[in-house]
Formats: sequence, structure tokens, C-alpha cells
Amino acid sequence: MNVSPSDPAGGAATQRGETLSSDAGKAGNMTSALEETALKSGPDLRAAAERRDRLLRIILPVIILSTAILGWEVLVRAKEIPHYILPAPSLIMETLVKDWAVLATSLITTLQITFAALAVAVVGGVGLAVLFTQSKWVEISFFPFAVILQVTPIIAIAPLILIYVDSIPVALLICAWIVAFFPILSNTTLGLNSADHNLRNLFQLYGASRWQTLWHLQLPAAMPYFLGGLKIAGGLALIGAIVAEFAAGSAGRGAGLAYRILESGYRLNIPRMFAALLLISVTGILIFLTFSLLSHLMLRKWHESAIKREN
Amino acid sequence: MAEVKTAPGDPGAGVGGAETLASPNGNVVSMRHVSKRFSNGTLALQDMSLDIAKGDFVSLLGPSGCGKSTALRIIAGLGDTTEGQVHWPGGKPERGDIGFVFQEPTLMPWANVFDNVWLPRRLDGASKSTVRTEVTEALEMVGLGGFAQAYPRELSGGMKMRVSIARALVTKPKILLMDEPFAALDEITRFKLNDDLLHLWEAHHWTVVFVTHSVFESVYLSNRIVVMAARPGRVAQQLSNDAPHPRGEGFRTSEDYAHLCRNASDALHAAMDEHNNEPGVPA
Repeated sequence: MNVSPSDPAGGAATQRGETLSSDAGKAGNMTSALEETALKSGPDLRAAAERRDRLLRIILPVIILSTAILGWEVLVRAKEIPHYILPAPSLIMETLVKDWAVLATSLITTLQITFAALAVAVVGGVGLAVLFTQSKWVEISFFPFAVILQVTPIIAIAPLILIYVDSIPVALLICAWIVAFFPILSNTTLGLNSADHNLRNLFQLYGASRWQTLWHLQLPAAMPYFLGGLKIAGGLALIGAIVAEFAAGSAGRGAGLAYRILESGYRLNIPRMFAALLLISVTGILIFLTFSLLSHLMLRKWHESAIKREN
Repeated sequence: MAEVKTAPGDPGAGVGGAETLASPNGNVVSMRHVSKRFSNGTLALQDMSLDIAKGDFVSLLGPSGCGKSTALRIIAGLGDTTEGQVHWPGGKPERGDIGFVFQEPTLMPWANVFDNVWLPRRLDGASKSTVRTEVTEALEMVGLGGFAQAYPRELSGGMKMRVSIARALVTKPKILLMDEPFAALDEITRFKLNDDLLHLWEAHHWTVVFVTHSVFESVYLSNRIVVMAARPGRVAQQLSNDAPHPRGEGFRTSEDYAHLCRNASDALHAAMDEHNNEPGVPA
């Protein structure tokens, strides 16, 4: 077989053609005196517009956020609101720096629980999802447990777990795991079952073993779903860890960020409370961004979600 | 030049292809009185008998729902028969003996062209370095020598189909089964792929079973046209197409071609009327 020149280059050539013709079309609307310059500057104008768009995408949210923070600062100062009711942003930052030693230790504790729980959730969620797809009877038997774990509010079972499990870190880990595990399990199960049925037939035709079908077909097909689940689970693991720390902290033990918040509350050290809150939020955002980046890097070559299209 | 032989269809007993259209080369595969009923009760195939001779290019032509794809899948071993058997005179097909091309390109989007074509050999345990020549040859055969590193999304519809064909050829199959492979392509691309497939067949004389609902495609490509009727799916008529090879643009505009198309079209309409005239079946 021979490909005609139009066939392989077809897609790219068409796209290029469209871009050129639309540029020419724009230029055609201008007067003839301007035509030549317009043809030259067409792509430049477009590039400039794109640059402006990109810049605005960053600048706008920054401006809005800064204005809000500034407004908060001004309001606190103007109304002379006492810091034990609402601390000014400047005071929160000051406290963050001043109490960094204490807060950083707590942050590390919380992060350890979060990531340990997430790791166990990934291993358990993916492992169980693989088991589910190997046998529908396993799925039918065990899926209700996963649902029960998911729908029961973690705040309600955390005290129980703290009673049954002696080690506080292990109890916290279990709580965070329960919350983080379900999105990974359900997304990965969906993904493993979403492999194209013709591709499945193809694997069958070539006598692929279960293991080969899993490794070469189902796991790659499940990757976008798994990564979507991971993005959700990352945030949930942090929430689970914090909630569990609250439950444990009320028993007077533990040293995570949630405990710092409780402790600051008791001592009316509201600036530190806000500083701890800020750290939790920033951590959550960073976790989300990290997994979004990971997802983009892993899918950019082939998955629809990671591909930028122009119309 | 082209002579049209028609074997009258006998849907009740099936068409005895072996007797009427036997080939000196012997059969690669034979369907014997195959019936297929799906679990929802639909009778997809009724008493279908078909012989595919070595080096033959057979088209299964019929309206949608006539069971032509089902027949192809049964030959491929992707579905069981409810009754009847599929015989392989040369011995049961082994891994890689059957090449299958689906209606969609059915490529793995996460793998580049090379890895997609490597897949059948990979499942057989062949490492990347050992298959490099085979994969490259298969890709060059379909005119995609320079696209090994491209991802499916970067390719046009026609090129994806070419990759799919290269994947089916990489194991050097004894029989190539194609399930309406070009139906979703635009006409210009389809003509080009028809030509290329025909040239490849003329050079290699593979055994091909080609499912299509296009009269023109079946006449242009194949040596034998098996016209099928629907509900239940069965062989209505077989036409042999002796138009000489190589065929090309000249054949497509020839009187022979027009004549053959008319015959095939008549056979197809007769097969469809047969179904419509059945009592109790709404037209």
C-alpha cells in the first residue's frame, strides 16, 4: 500500500490550511492599503491576544484575592477589631513565621498521616478494583462493604476507631484511609471495565492471558479514571486526617494541625488558629495541584482530557 | 471478460459452497450448517454453510442485521455457534493465524503506532527488539513506514485504519477477516484504501473474508460475493467474480464492473425482498 501525499499529512495540512485561510479572511476585510501589513501582523496579533489571555488568567484571580485580603486588613484596622475575634492577615502571617517551629512539626505529622493513608488507599483501592474485575462474585460480595465505609460519616466512627485501636497514629491512618479509599476503588473499577470491547475481542483473538489483558489493556484504560480518583482522594485523605485528629485531639492527645487549631481555640490564640488553617488550605491546594500535574504528565500524549484542541 | 456464475440460494438447506464453487487450493475454513441464536432469542444466523478457499477474496454482502458480522466473529472464534461447526481443514488455528480488522481502527490510544502493531506478537511473548523488523515491514506494507512513533490521535481516520491492517498482518495470518473496515471513512479515502488493499492482495494472495454492505466495494475487491439475507441471517446467493487482476481505476469504470454491480445489486434486492415477503413480517 502506498499513502498518497494527502493522506499522512492530511490532518496537519488541513489544520494549517484553516489557520492560514482564516488569517487571510481577516485581512481580506481590511482596505487594500492596509492589506500587506495586516497579512504580516495577523499572526503577531493573534499571538499577542493569546499572551494577553494567558496573563489575564493569572493576574485576574491574583488581583481579586489581593483585594479581598487587603479589604480584610483595612476592615480590621479601621474598626479596631480585637485579634482574638478576627486577626488581620498581617498578624496571621506574623504568627505563621513566629510559631513556625510548632506549626511545622504539626504540619509534618498531618502530612505523614495524609500520605500514608493515601498510599494505603491507592494500593488497597487499585488492588480491590483489580480483584473486582477478575470476578463479579468478589465484586458482588464485597462492594457493599465499600459503600458502607463510604457513606458512614468519618466523624461518627472516628471515636470508635480511637477506642479500638491503641496506637493513635494507626487510628488516624485508618480514618483517613476510609475516606480516601472509596473514590480510588470506584473510579478504578469503572476504568478497568471501560476498556474498548473490540480491543478486548482482539486480546481474546490473540489468546491473551488474564494477566496480559489486565496489564496491557485494562490498567492503561483505567489510568485516566484512577488519576481522577487520586485527585479527589488526595484532598479527602487530608480532610480525613484532620477530622480524625479533631476526634483524637478532643481526647487530649495527638499533635497534628487540627490539634493546634483546637489548642489555639482553648487558649483564645486566634491568630495561630488562622495560621494553622492557612497551612491546611495551602497543603490541600498543593496536593490537588501536584496530582493534577501528575495526571497531565501521564495523559498528555493520548487522553482527551489532557489534549488542547482548537476549533 | 468477466463471467458471472450464480449459485442459486437455498436458504433452507444452506448453500453447498464446496460442491458448486470448489477451489483447487483447498479450503482454509468451512462453516457447516452454522446457526447462532443470541441469549435474547434473536436468530442471527440460520444454517449457514460457507467454504473459504486458500487465496480467495470473499465478500460477505448484505443489509445490516443479516448476520454477516456474526458469521465473521464465529469464524474468528470470538463467538460460539449454537448449532453447526467451523472446520479448519489445515488444523485448528493457532495464535496469530487469524488477522482481524474491526470497523473502527480499535487502536490502543495510549500506545504509539509501533506498540499497537507489536501487540499481537507481544502477547505471544516476542520482545520489542525481536519484532522490530516484522513491525517495520508491516508498517511499510500499509505505507506508514515513517509513523512508528506517532500516537493514534495524531493520525487521520484512513491512517488509523492502515495501522489496524498492519497489526492484523504482523503475525502473517493464514486468513484475514475484515469487518466493514472502511465503512466509516470518506469516499476518497475508502477508494484509496480499496486500491491499496487490492494491490497487496494481488501481490501476496492472502485469504480474505471481507464484510461489507457496499455492492461496489464487494465487486471491486473480491473474487466471490456471498449475498446474505436478514432475519434470520443466511446465505441467499453466491456470485463469482472472474474479472481479471490487476484491477484498478480502469476496472472501476468498465462495463464488466457495471454489469457485475448490477448482478450483485439484483441479488441483494432479491435477498431483501425474500425477507419482506415473509408472512407476518412488517416490510
